Amino acid sequence: MANKKRFLYVNRKAPHGTIYALESLEVVLIGAAFEQDVSLAFIDDGVFQLMAGQDTAAAGVKNFSRTYKALGDYEVRKFYVERESLEERGLTVEDLMPITYEDENEDYARSPRSCP
Amino acid sequence: MQFAIVVNEGPYTHQASDTAYHFTKAALEKGHGITRVFFYHDGVNNGTRLTVPPQDDRNLQKLWSELGEKHKLDLVVCIAAAQRRGILDADEAKRHGKDASNIAPGFRISGLGQLIEAGIEADRLVVFGD
Repeated sequence: MANKKRFLYVNRKAPHGTIYALESLEVVLIGAAFEQDVSLAFIDDGVFQLMAGQDTAAAGVKNFSRTYKALGDYEVRKFYVERESLEERGLTVEDLMPITYEDENEDYARSPRSCP
Repeated sequence: MQFAIVVNEGPYTHQASDTAYHFTKAALEKGHGITRVFFYHDGVNNGTRLTVPPQDDRNLQKLWSELGEKHKLDLVVCIAAAQRRGILDADEAKRHGKDASNIAPGFRISGLGQLIEAGIEADRLVVFGD
């Protein structure tokens, strides 16, 4: 498609409690087929979406956290996590899943463990 | 300018659908184009014809249907979000063995690709709701 645009998906909600994170991820997956320039930002409670070791068994809801790691296969590789949002919630990048993303701006935290 | 509109909340609980409606109406009156109005998350609930709000209150579904008819708007309800929440057209109801459909006049059910396409084609994608 010649008309390539930049899409920034802003994730502001925790992964569970509301359906926003799950249904937003569905948009990202479908949108990948359109081969656009896609970035994902995680701010506020949205940083919880990338937490490592999520377990939803007790809550009885779907654990879709592994899908974030698969996004690279769909050419979705730019993840931006706001450092302040992590700090406000007592989190560090070490608490996040190992996902490769670009570090284009000092305002955003870097990937904890970049995949080769 | 061409605007694509995304409505992410259902009617009444949240003001998002009202604001999106007024924005869309105002944009049209100013001579702008509306590429598509896409209803996602609980926003799909704007597309049921079975709502019966009190007579002294606005009827959001009717407002959208009328605006859509007047300006030939493409009002699209996301199929995946709609199926989760029980918004069906006649074909979907038949396909899933349900005894009724409830899609409102002027609305159609389609896939998320319609949202991405609207984002590509429009000059601005404006999102209403949480």
